[in-house]
Amino acid sequence: MGRYVAQRIGQALLVIWLAYTVIFLAVQLLPSDPVTIFLSTDSAVDQATIDNMKRQYGYDQPLLVQYFAQLGGLLTGDVGYSLASGEPVALRIGGVIGSTMALALSAFATAVVLALAVVVAATLTRSAVLRKVVLNLPPLFAAVPVIWLGLVLLELLSIRWGVMSLFPDGSFLSLAVPVFVLGVHVSAPIAQVLLKSIDTVYSQPFIDVLRAKGASASWIFFRHALKNAGGPAMTITGITVGTLLAGSVITETVFARSGLGAVVLQAVTTQDVPLVQGLVLLTASVFVAVNLVVDLLYPLLDPRILKSNGQGSPRVLAV
Amino acid sequence: MSVTTADQAAPAALLQAAPLLAIRGLQVEYQSGTTAVGGVDLTLHAGEIVALVGESGSGKTTLARSVLGLLPASARISGRIDFDGTDLASLSEKEFCRIRGRRIGLVPQDPGASLDPVRTIGSQVAEVFRLHQDGRRRSRRELRAEVVRLLTLVGIDRPEERLRQYPHELSGGLKQRVLIAIAFSLHPQVLIADEPTSALDVTVQRTVLEVFDRLAKEYGTAVIFVTHDLAVATDHADRIVVMRGGSVREDRGVDQILARPEDEYTVRLLEEAAPARAAVPAASVAASTSSDYALEARDLVKVFDRGGTNRAVDAVSFGVRPGTTFSLVGESGSGKSTTARMLMRLLDPTEGTVLVDGRDVTGLDGRGKRELWRTLQLVYQNPDSALDPRLRIRDIVAEPIANFRLGGRAGQQERVSELLEQVNLPARVASARPMELSGGQRQRVAIARALAAGAKTLVLDEALSALDVLTQAQILALLEELQRELGLTYLFISHDLHVVERISHEVGVMRRGRLVESGPTASIFGNPQHDYTRRLLDSNPGHRLRALAASTK
Amino acid sequence: MTLHLENPAAASAAQITTAPAATRRRPSARIGLWLTALPLILVLGWALFPGLFTTADPIAGVGAEKFLAPSAQHWFGTDHLGRDIYARVVHGTSQTLLTAGLAVLIGLVAGTIIGLIAATAGRAADAVTMRLVDVLLAVPGFLISLIVVTAFQPGPISLGVGVGIASIASFARVVRSEVLRVRNLDFVEAAFLSGGTYGSVVLRHILPNATGPVLSLLAVDLGAAILAISGLGFLGFGAPPPTPEWGLLISEGRQYLGSAWWMTSLPGLVIVAAVVLLAGFGRQLLKIFRF
Repeated sequence: MGRYVAQRIGQALLVIWLAYTVIFLAVQLLPSDPVTIFLSTDSAVDQATIDNMKRQYGYDQPLLVQYFAQLGGLLTGDVGYSLASGEPVALRIGGVIGSTMALALSAFATAVVLALAVVVAATLTRSAVLRKVVLNLPPLFAAVPVIWLGLVLLELLSIRWGVMSLFPDGSFLSLAVPVFVLGVHVSAPIAQVLLKSIDTVYSQPFIDVLRAKGASASWIFFRHALKNAGGPAMTITGITVGTLLAGSVITETVFARSGLGAVVLQAVTTQDVPLVQGLVLLTASVFVAVNLVVDLLYPLLDPRILKSNGQGSPRVLAV
Repeated sequence: MSVTTADQAAPAALLQAAPLLAIRGLQVEYQSGTTAVGGVDLTLHAGEIVALVGESGSGKTTLARSVLGLLPASARISGRIDFDGTDLASLSEKEFCRIRGRRIGLVPQDPGASLDPVRTIGSQVAEVFRLHQDGRRRSRRELRAEVVRLLTLVGIDRPEERLRQYPHELSGGLKQRVLIAIAFSLHPQVLIADEPTSALDVTVQRTVLEVFDRLAKEYGTAVIFVTHDLAVATDHADRIVVMRGGSVREDRGVDQILARPEDEYTVRLLEEAAPARAAVPAASVAASTSSDYALEARDLVKVFDRGGTNRAVDAVSFGVRPGTTFSLVGESGSGKSTTARMLMRLLDPTEGTVLVDGRDVTGLDGRGKRELWRTLQLVYQNPDSALDPRLRIRDIVAEPIANFRLGGRAGQQERVSELLEQVNLPARVASARPMELSGGQRQRVAIARALAAGAKTLVLDEALSALDVLTQAQILALLEELQRELGLTYLFISHDLHVVERISHEVGVMRRGRLVESGPTASIFGNPQHDYTRRLLDSNPGHRLRALAASTK
Repeated sequence: MTLHLENPAAASAAQITTAPAATRRRPSARIGLWLTALPLILVLGWALFPGLFTTADPIAGVGAEKFLAPSAQHWFGTDHLGRDIYARVVHGTSQTLLTAGLAVLIGLVAGTIIGLIAATAGRAADAVTMRLVDVLLAVPGFLISLIVVTAFQPGPISLGVGVGIASIASFARVVRSEVLRVRNLDFVEAAFLSGGTYGSVVLRHILPNATGPVLSLLAVDLGAAILAISGLGFLGFGAPPPTPEWGLLISEGRQYLGSAWWMTSLPGLVIVAAVVLLAGFGRQLLKIFRF
C-alpha cells in the first residue's frame, strides 16, 4: 500500500515537472523571445524598450538560468508576471478562478448525476425500447457542440420565452443553464465508459452466481455491479478534467460570464507568453492532482490493483 | 478417491417416489435460430446425483441452466420443468428469486471469476442469508458465526481470517470451496454443479469433490452434475445422461451404462475414457536406446523475481530420444510450460543448458534461434489464438516456407498441399480462414505449420487440452501416425494423465519447479516411486473405469 | 498516473467483440454499416462536389432575401446578407472536413508511431513515451490548439495542426493497448518461430490485427475534431469570415439569435448529425474489423 501511494505521488510530480519542461522548450521554439513577440504588434516600440523589458522579465539570461529560475519560482508559487498587465500571473488567475471552479464543479456534479441516470435506466428497465433510447443518449450528448446547445437554449429561454436574461444576473436560470450545458457535454464520456464497464461486469460469471443465490436485478446492480464498474468510470472522470476546463471556457464565452475563459482568450490573443505558460501549468496541475486522487481512491473500490503491480513474466517480442 | 457405489436397491427405491424435478419436452432455442436443447425429458429424484455428460455444444449446460432460469435473454424456452409442484419454465423473474439459492443452488464452472472480486469472502457468504431471511433476522454476530461454521464445513482453514479476505487472495481450490459453502448454505433440495472442477488441478479436484460428495450425502441434496469428463461422472454419479447435439442419447444408471452401453456415441466416449490399452509400441524405444538425445535439458533453472527466492524451474534435467515421446506432467504452476519455453529458447534460462541434437543452443543469438526453429517447433494449447485470424490457411502454412525461402512460389503451393494432406485436412481448407474451421481442424493446421520448415522435434504445450474428447483422440492418432512416418520426436506437456499414459514412451513428473520422478511410462504409472506421483495418479478420475478394465482383463 | 482504460470513445465502441466471424457475415451488421455510411457519403459529396447539391452562391448574398425563414426555396433560410444558409453549409463542408481530416491524420500518424514504440521497444521506451503522452493528456486539447493557432498564422492549417497535436495522446494510447493485446497472442510468437523478423511480424501480423479499434477511433476522432474546430471557429480562431465553415456559421448566427433562429440552429443540427453518424460508423467499423 505504502509503495503504491509513493509510486503514484512520484509519477504525478514527474508529470508536472515534464509538463513544465515541455512548455519551457516549446517557448524556446517560438520564432523569437516572448517580449519581442508581445511587443511586435506595436510598431512604436523601439529596441531599447524591448531590451529593457527583457531584462525586467529575465529573458536576457542564459537558457539554463531561466529554466532553473522559473522552476525555482514555480516551487515557491511564483509563476512570473503577465506581460500585458504586469500583474503576477498567479494573482491574475487567482482572481477569476473562483467563478470558473464553481461552474466546473456544479457541471461535473450534474454530469455524474446524468451519467448515473442513464446507466441505471439502461440496466434496470424492462422495456427494450426505453433501453435502446437511453443507450443512444451518450453518443448524442457527445455530439452536441457546447456553443450550439448554449445558443439554442439562450434563444429559446431568453428571447422566445423571456424567462432568462441574456447576461448573467445571478438568477437561478442564468446559473443553471450554463451548468446544464456543460454538464451534458461532460456526462457523455462518463456515461459511455460506465455503460461499457457495467457491460463487462455483467458478462462475468459471478453475476450468474449472484442470480443463483436469489439476488434481484436491483440488488445485483446497486450492491455489486456499480462498485465493480466504478473503477474505470472514476478513471475516465479524472480524464474529463481537461474537457471540463475547456468546456468552461466556451460556456463562459457563450453566456458572457467572467472567469478563466476571458483570461485564456485574452492571454492567447495578446500573445502574453508568461500568462499562457501559467494557464497551461495550472490546468496540467489540476489534471494531475485530480488523477492522483483518483489513483489513490482506486484501491478502495478494487483491492486487486495493489497486487497487480509488476507481476508476471512478459513475453519478449523482439527476438 | 473411494467412491461408494450406490447399492443396487437404492435407485430402484427412488424410482417409486414421485420425482423431485421432472423436465418434459424441454426445448431451448436462441434467437440466432440455433436449437441448443431439442425436446429433452429428464427426471431427478431426491438425493440422486445425475451426471450430464457431453462435449461442448451438446446442450448440457443450457439444459442445466434452464432449471435455474439463468439462460441468456435471447433464449426461447418451451416445455415444462416441474419442481415440487411448480413449473419453473413459466416462472417470472421475481418468483424465481425466491427459489434460487434457497431451494435450487448452483456450483459454477469457473471459481476464479465466480466471486465478486471487490467484496470480501465473508460478505459474499453472508449475502445468502440476507437475501433469504425467511422471517428471521440474524444479528451480525449470528451471521458471522454461521459463515465461519460454513467455511469450516467445507474445509477452509483459518475461516476467521478468510472473512476479511478478497477472492484474489485465495487459490482456485479455496474459491471453489467458498462457492460450495454458498451453494449448500440454505440446504437446497437441488444443486446444479456446472463443470465445478474443470478449471482445477486433479489433486485439488479430488479434495473439492470429496467435500461436495460429503455435503450432498449429508443433506440428501439431489445434484445435476454437468461435466465433459466421463471419468469424473462415473466416479461421482448414480446415473449418467449422455447428451449430444441438444438431445439425450442415453440415460441409465452408472453400472448399466458401464457394463452395457447401448448408444454408439456412448460406446465411443467410453472407449476414449477407458484406461490406456496395451503399452506404447516398444519397438521405437528399442530402436533408439542410444544415449544421444534429440532434445535435452541439463540443470535448467528459471528465476523470475530479482530476489531469486521463487524458482519457477529448479534444476530440471531430462532428455528426449529421437523418434520417441517424452511427457512432462504436472499441475498448474509446476513449471512445465516454463521448462518448455526455455527448451524452445523463447525464454532465457537463469542457469543450465539446452541441447538440441547434442548441440548446446543456450547461447544462441537472434539469427541462431531462427535457424534452430527450422528443426524445433512449438504447438500451442489454444488453436484459436495460435493462428492469425486474418490469414487464409494456405498463407498460414506457407509462412515458414516463405520466411526460410524454401522453394519458389509453385514449390510453396505444392508443399502446402502436401502438408495439409499429411495432417488429413481436405484440400479445400486451404482457402478458408481459421474462424471457419473447427477446433480440431485448427490444431491440425497448427501442426502442419510446425512441420512446414522441416522440423523434426515438436514441443506440444497442452496441445490437446482445449479440444473435446473425441477430437483429442483423432489428433492423438494423427500425432502417432506422423511420428511413425516422419520419425518425429515429441516433448508433450500436459496435465492430463490419461492422455500422457497413452502417448508417451517416457514420462517426467514435475512439482513446484522440480522434476520429482522420471522414467518409462509403464514404470511411472505401474510402480510410482515418489509420494507426489502416487498422489497424482490416485487423484486421477476414472476409478470405476479402471476397476472395470481390470476385472475384464 | 495510471490510466486503466482505453480512449472512452473507442472503449464505448468496443462493446460487441464476441463472435466476430458470425457478425461479419450477418446481414444486419452490413445494414447497420450502410445506414451510417450512406449519409456520411452524402456529406463527403457536399465536400467534393458542392455544386451538385446546391446552385445558390454561398458568398454573394441577394439583398432582397435577407432573414428569410426556412422554406422550400431556402431549406435552411437565409442570413443577414441574404445568403442561402444551406448553400453555405454545403460549401463549408470541404473547409471543415479538410481541417478535421488534417487534424486526424496528424493524430493518427504521430499516435501510431508513439504507441508502437511504447508497446514494442522495451520497458524504458514505454515509460518515457507514456509519461510524455500523460503530459499531452494533462493539458486540455483545446488549450493546445488555441496556443498553436495563435503562435502561427490563424487559419485552417494551423487549426488542423493544433487540433491534431491535441489528439495524438488518444491515438497513442489506443495503438499501444491494442499492440500489447495482439503481441501477446500466440500467433505472433508463432510467427517468430516461423522465421519471421521483427519488421515482418509487426507489418504482417501485429498492425493489421490492431486496426479495428484504431479505425474506430479514427471515425470518432474525426467527429471530435469537427466539434473542436467549430468551437475554435466560434471563438474567432478559424477561417476568416467570408469563407463558409460550420463553426463560423453558428457564431455568425449568434448576433441574430432573436430574429433568425435558423441561422444557428440548423447548421448546428448538421454538425450534431455528422458527429453522431461518425461515432456510429466507428462502432460499426469496430464490429467488422475486430478480430
